[in-house]
Amino acid sequence: MTGGLKIELGRRYRFSASHRLHSAKLSEEENRRVYGKCNNPFGHGHNYVVEVSVSGTVDPATGMIANLADLDSFVEREVIEPFDHKSLNEDVAAFRANVPTTENICREIFARLKHFPKARIERVRVEETGNNTFEYAGEEL
Amino acid sequence: MVYLTRKLEFSASHLYHNPAFSAEENKRIFGKCNNPHGHGHNYTLEVTVAGEPDPVTGMVLDLKELKEILEREITQRMDHRFLNYEVAELKDQIPTCENIARVIWNLLDPKISKGRLHKVRLYETPDLYADCYRNGARGA
Repeated sequence: MTGGLKIELGRRYRFSASHRLHSAKLSEEENRRVYGKCNNPFGHGHNYVVEVSVSGTVDPATGMIANLADLDSFVEREVIEPFDHKSLNEDVAAFRANVPTTENICREIFARLKHFPKARIERVRVEETGNNTFEYAGEEL
Repeated sequence: MVYLTRKLEFSASHLYHNPAFSAEENKRIFGKCNNPHGHGHNYTLEVTVAGEPDPVTGMVLDLKELKEILEREITQRMDHRFLNYEVAELKDQIPTCENIARVIWNLLDPKISKGRLHKVRLYETPDLYADCYRNGARGA
């Protein structure tokens, strides 16, 4: 009955965190030029919104692709708990070497979520502010 | 190809309950959504139609026509209704966001006369939605 249709479930989460954009591969001056205000050594923060899209078969018994409680607890454990009210540079190991731009945050979140056992993670969309949005769907085509 | 999206809202109640499960399983699987008296949402529906604009009118399809289709097929059928009991297409299905989106797709797809239904996105809350589109079509 669903013949030829694809159904995805999208869920939004939030976390607030600080970061500083600074690359060890660039000089102090280059860092200031490239990252501008975001290079402030004390860091600054955002209210991030993370939108996670999952796909899979809709179970006829539950009407669900994945039980929301399972998805919520997985995202909470893998992303919200380790990121919320943290300094991304200091508190998240992945951002010691990688600059915590929203591009890299998007990829890191995708990497943390792609092992969700109950459904396929299609893509991750991160809003750094209401005006800046980044999306990552892995490298497979 | 141009994609045009029309939005509409409707409010409805529902509950999740599978008679094949025990009372305890229903509670465990569906949680609060299993309340036998039901509960409600303000749903937001986004319907995207893809097509080439007509060279004379500049339109993929007349928005007025799309609005009438949505009014007839969706608003009249679902707005201020108890989805489990009053929407025949959802009978014997759990009225999750996924299933409602699919029912909406199946209702609209044959009615779109110009262009082609590309995507149905149904928000149950601002933080939860289901997308429905053809396999192989561009995702969100």
